[in-house]
This record gives sequence, structure tokens and C-alpha cells, in this order.
Amino acid sequence: MRGVEVGGLSAWFGSKQVLHHVNLVAETGKVTAIIGPSGCGKSTLIRCMNRLHEEVRGARVEGKVLFDGIDLYGPGTDPVEVRRRIGMVFQRPNPFPTMSVLDNAVAGLRLGVKLSKVELRERGERALRAAGLWDEVKDRLGEPGAKLSGGQQQRLCIARALAVEPEVLLMDEPASALDPASTLRIEELIGELKDDYTVVIVTHNMQQAARVSDFTLFMLYGEVVEFAPTQKIFTRPDDQRTEDYVTGRFG
Amino acid sequence: MIVAEGRARPWVSGARKWQDRGFTIFMWACATVAMVPLVLITLYVATRGYHALSINFFTKEPAGPLDPTAGGILQSFIGSALIVGMATMFSVPLGVFAAVYLSEYGRGWFASAMRLIAEVLLSTPSIVAGAFIWSVVVVAMGSFSAVAGALSLTVLMWPVIARATEEVLRLVPQDLREGALALGLPRWKVILRVVVPTAGAGTITSIMLAVARGLGETAPILLTALGNDFINTNPLQPTDAVPLRIYDYARTSVEPLHVFAWGGALILLAAVLVLSIAARVLSTRQQKRIA
Repeated sequence: MRGVEVGGLSAWFGSKQVLHHVNLVAETGKVTAIIGPSGCGKSTLIRCMNRLHEEVRGARVEGKVLFDGIDLYGPGTDPVEVRRRIGMVFQRPNPFPTMSVLDNAVAGLRLGVKLSKVELRERGERALRAAGLWDEVKDRLGEPGAKLSGGQQQRLCIARALAVEPEVLLMDEPASALDPASTLRIEELIGELKDDYTVVIVTHNMQQAARVSDFTLFMLYGEVVEFAPTQKIFTRPDDQRTEDYVTGRFG
Repeated sequence: MIVAEGRARPWVSGARKWQDRGFTIFMWACATVAMVPLVLITLYVATRGYHALSINFFTKEPAGPLDPTAGGILQSFIGSALIVGMATMFSVPLGVFAAVYLSEYGRGWFASAMRLIAEVLLSTPSIVAGAFIWSVVVVAMGSFSAVAGALSLTVLMWPVIARATEEVLRLVPQDLREGALALGLPRWKVILRVVVPTAGAGTITSIMLAVARGLGETAPILLTALGNDFINTNPLQPTDAVPLRIYDYARTSVEPLHVFAWGGALILLAAVLVLSIAARVLSTRQQKRIA
């Protein structure tokens, strides 16, 4: 279980620069929230932390992301290995439509190393339990993953990410497409996960950031405005813009 | 704004209703006119070809000139299956790999060139494909053959598969690719295990359409497989095919054999219709699943 350190990170889509020299430390075993108005670069930032940003055509990154003493953007670093150790959950639940619930949960294992059927099933169950979904799906493991409700699908995606046993979990607005009850489930889950994982969560919902995170990074126009313990950000921020944002005066 | 005006002056709404009705009728008429040729052709071929369908037709080779109707065209069915079967074997991997390359990796001049070649081949007269294979394969091997026929069909079939499959692969949501990449899967596994299966039914649809096209082609087979009055299963020998037989019998002066030509046409038409309808059904299901 290790933290992630972002140093002087800049990112572009084509010629448009979307991140300007961002610094961030996501501490081990803590939840770090990234907040800011739409288009401020928070999704891009989190997508730089598992090298997914570069999958977009014309996208480019400069700067450092350190994890376990390795620079993720160093010359010898394999992005596939990076993504295996730093998992991600997306805004929209995206279970694989051709796979069953169980196959979805173990997709990363099944498609990676060779495991026996029994092992796969055990790892799948463990991941589904960790994602708080087991009791709801244990009798429907063979059904298509896409048949679950939206909230269940999202927890299935969390299970899928956990099954490969990453050390860091990146969550890109994981509850923004869900109803309040499912959102609550996800938030509770984040609280449980932080004992075992370093969690970084992007959210546009400030109450959510306040509820789940230990540290909060506030971004504006691709730059970091303030990075501090969540308590401080929401009660006595140093920057006027942070205060304006968290009190709802703009955004 | 416009709606509000309509409500304020109901006579406008009345005129619009008639306009709408008129346009709907016009559209229906157009669709019906478009359908007419297909229905007419099907009915005509069915009534003319129906008489040829007998047990002999499907189980015998052509009989001698004394009683031509005692024979059948079994060798054409077997030959078509052999030639189109081999052509499918060649063109499926070619077309699918080309599609995966174009949709997942295709950037730069090479991809553009490949897309252009596929497009040009799609609209190339099929006899050109036949002439090409004749000059490189038939001449080199010194003999007409089923393999040469299959190769000439491959030239026409792979672009159909490549372009149609590329389209369905592009329909696979980017979310799924990213979801799989984020699990630490290498790109080729993402494509093989997630992208291609998600587009599976669509890929099969494109293969079926290509097979339908291959089944009906006459000119390229004429120049490469030549035709044969007897059953041949050796890929290196001249081989018969249903469209060749139709062409042959349609030109003969032996009246009863014209009926056989219609019979062959009927079977071919039925096969193509079944393939196209199956392709349709599959692709509708596919769209539902992706959505």
C-alpha cells in the first residue's frame, strides 16, 4: 500500500494545455478528493495518474508522477504494469456487456495471468464482497453484468478493479451517474476501502468530498488553488477562491 | 414560439396536419416503389424456377443430351460450397484483421492507403478480380481451379468484411476500452477479449453479407474456376458453381435446361435472402445490446 506523488505535472489535448504544473501527494491509506468546477482538469489529472490520459489521440503529458519510488512517466515504465497496480473506476458504470457478473468481476485476472476455475471463483467472490455486492448477486453470478441496476453495475466495476489487487484506487466521479441511495452505498464503501487502499476521488459534489475524504485539492482552470486537509478546506481555507467555491458563491 | 403561434391560430395547425399527412403518404409510396422490383424478381424467379426443383435436381450430375431433364446440378452446389467456403476461410481473417487494424491502430498514411484500397476494391468490377487472379494464379498453375476461384472471390469479399467490421468496432464504446485498459490489460488483449466480442454479432453480420456476395458472383469464377460437368472436390481442379451453371444453361439452345437455370437462380436467390435476413436480425440484436 503506497501513496502517489504528482510533481510539476502539465497535460495537453493537442495544443490545448489543460493542466499547469500540478503538485499533489495522495497519502497512503487516506482518501484524497479532487474538486473544482467542470472543465477544470480534475478528470485529466486523475487519468494522468494511471497513464490513461495518453490513450486519447493527441494527448501529451509532462512532469512526474511518483509511485513506489518509480516515475510513472520514466523511460522504462510500462503503462500496462502501472495500470495493474493503480486501479480505476469511471464516471459511468462500464461492465463488459458480453460477460456475466462473475466474469466481469474477474475480468482483469482472467485476461491476465492463468488461474484455475476454483481460484477465479474465489477471487471473484472476495472482490464482490469487498465491493459490498456479494449478497445481492451471489445467486445471479451467471447473468449478464449489464442486467444489474446502475448502482450495482458501478459496484461491479469497483469489484472488477479490486480483483486485480491494486495498491491505489482512482475514482473518477464514481457516483455522479447514480441515485442518492446508490451514492450513499459507494461513499460507505470508500470509507471501508481506505483501510487497504490509497484512494483518490474526483468529484464535483462538495458535500461528497467533505464526507469521504481526508485531504482535498481544489482546482481551477487546470491549476491547483489549494491543497489541504479536507477539514481546513471546508472551514477556513487560505485562498479566497476556495472559500467562494466551497460556500457555493460560484461554480 | 412557433408552437404558441399555432395554438393561437388553429387554422395554421390544420394546414400543417395536412402537410404532414401528405408527406407521410409520399414517403410510404417511395418505400413501396423501392420494394416492387425485389418482390417482382422474387415472384418471377420462384414461378419460373419452381418446376426445376426435383430430387434429381439436387442429387444428380447433368444427364446426357438425350434426356437432359433426368439429371441435376449437384456438382454446382458442391462446387459453390467448396469455392465460397475456401473464399470465406481466406477473407475472414484478412478482413477482420484489417478491420481491427483500421479501427484500433489505424492512423497515418498506411491506414489511409488501406482504407482507400478496400474502398476501390468494393467498387471494382468483379471481372477485373477474375482477370487478375487468372493472370497470376491460373496461368502460373497451368490450370483453372477451385482455389483460383476462391482467391478471386477473396479479392471481392475481404473489403466487404473489413469495412463493415470496422464500422461495428467503432461502435464499441470507448468506455469499455478504457475500462479494460485500466485493469492493466495489454492492448491486444483488450481488443481480443473485450472489443471484438462486444462487436461479435456485427462482425458475423458482415461475414454473412460477404458470403452472400461471393455466392452470387459469376464473372470472376468464370475466369478462374471455369466450371465442370462432374462433381469435383479437388481444389486444384476446374470446379462448377451455381452462377456458372445458370450462365451456361441460360445460353444453351436446349429448351428444358432453361428451366434448370431458373431453378439454380431460385436456390441462389433463396440462399442470399436467408443470409441477408439472418444478418439483419443479428445486427438488430447487436445494436440493442450495445445500447
